[in-house]
Amino acid sequence: MLIRPHTSADLPSSEITPESLYMSRREWLSAAGLTVGAIAGAGALLPRPARAQQSLGTPYGLQPDDKPTPWEDVTSYNNFYEFGTSKDEPAEMARNFRPRPWTVKVEGLVKKPGDYGLDDFLKAGKVEDRIYRHRCVEAWSMVIPWRGIMLADVLKRAEPAPGARYVEFTTLYDPKRMPGQRVPVLRWPYTEGLRLDEAMHPLTLLATGVYGRDLPNQNGAPLRLVTPWKYGFKGIKSIVRIRLTDKQPSTAWNDSAPDEYGFYCNVNPTVDHPRWSQAKERRIGEFLRRPTLMFNGYADQVASLYSGMDLRKNY
Amino acid sequence: MPGPSWWNVVRAFKRPRWWGWAVWLAILVPGTVVLAGLVSDFVLNTRWLGSNPIKEGELLLGKLTIKYLVATLAVTPVRRFLGWNWVARDRRTFGLTAFGYALTHFLWFVLLDIQLDGAELAEGLTKRPYIIVGFIALLVMTPLALTSTKASIARLRKKWTVLHRLAYVVPVLGVIHWWMSVKADIGEPILYSVTFAALLGWRYWHARRLNSPHATTPSGRAAAS
Repeated sequence: MLIRPHTSADLPSSEITPESLYMSRREWLSAAGLTVGAIAGAGALLPRPARAQQSLGTPYGLQPDDKPTPWEDVTSYNNFYEFGTSKDEPAEMARNFRPRPWTVKVEGLVKKPGDYGLDDFLKAGKVEDRIYRHRCVEAWSMVIPWRGIMLADVLKRAEPAPGARYVEFTTLYDPKRMPGQRVPVLRWPYTEGLRLDEAMHPLTLLATGVYGRDLPNQNGAPLRLVTPWKYGFKGIKSIVRIRLTDKQPSTAWNDSAPDEYGFYCNVNPTVDHPRWSQAKERRIGEFLRRPTLMFNGYADQVASLYSGMDLRKNY
Repeated sequence: MPGPSWWNVVRAFKRPRWWGWAVWLAILVPGTVVLAGLVSDFVLNTRWLGSNPIKEGELLLGKLTIKYLVATLAVTPVRRFLGWNWVARDRRTFGLTAFGYALTHFLWFVLLDIQLDGAELAEGLTKRPYIIVGFIALLVMTPLALTSTKASIARLRKKWTVLHRLAYVVPVLGVIHWWMSVKADIGEPILYSVTFAALLGWRYWHARRLNSPHATTPSGRAAAS
């Protein structure tokens, strides 16, 4: 199932840099032997128009007026309680976190379990750049150019066993490296889950980067989940374990406040959070609020996953 | 009064000439910075208030309200323990400042956060407990602000004293409002809860001691107000 119905409509072709140009700049940078950090530094120094010209990836489900949220906001306004509970803490507290070497365990109801080094793990799929909408449960939103592979490819390589119905994800637990875990604000390690059909959906990404660069630590380096039709907290960060199960996994926020955070976490403007309305959202960088879209604008692609379900109960 | 000499020096501290100016600066600067930050962030694309200036400004105004409530409640213990009776006249200023920031916080919520969405405001004031509690706190503060003039004190006499005991309810409501509005990061709400518990607990203890038959201090008149 390929879903790219919005590609041409979303981004005027004048905005897309020819791939040859884009690649030549990237090749020039790597040919110069620059490290990832230096590339990041160079990118920050480029004048804004030049950066806007970069091809950031294939747009998925973008609305005509959706523009990528600036790198500065994507990498400084983060919810990542493992590195502090305020929005600006993760960028500061995660500064010295080392996301490599990194091992990801794939286990549970699969025919081919395994422990993978990150590079081997990523060989399961093709690394792609995709621009997605991102809606936080706190009623703010962004548009983010992710880089990553489809989770479906990882699961296919592991070969789910017949009884597998859910996928459970687990974040690294290491209070020495993740100081926020010394405070019991949530049940550590953070866990999240998807139904197997959600996990196999072609929109579901395991992201390794944003804006064509490796994920900054505060964004969940080196590997995080991205499900653009769900609230952002579904996007578990710094994943070390992917386990297939026959039972619905317990998830960190659902454990913490079950009346406020369910298992599905689908973006839904008609189902309020108990403490605030979800009908509108504030796009970071914009003054006026926007209406929130059903499934965050991905209804055409994902609504069928939930046909017949009461989304008021399964929030 | 016996005691170490440095303590006498502290107690002898008089209201400095610049004190009034310092109070005015302390009142106006934080609010001005928040407002200027909002304008700068949207007009000049700066990030003074971070990536979500409306939310951050709202939070900062709420925290300023709480801080000025602490200052208001701290005046009487400071008089009592440090002997600085000259801070008495700042209590009204601090209280009015807390009210000013609470009102700005509410207007910020209505105008900038929910942007005059009448349905959302109505829902908030009927269905969302933390908004209801915050709004009640503002309602309780309003008559206190309106009767803060000397004329009102003279006119209401004993009633004024009774009415202004409501000032003890406001910080409790304020902290509950804050606590209910956060997701899991309850560190600061806890810190301020402890502070208010100490300030109100001291008053309770002091009032009981004065009412007991063994009370001897003639300075009790000034206490527990």
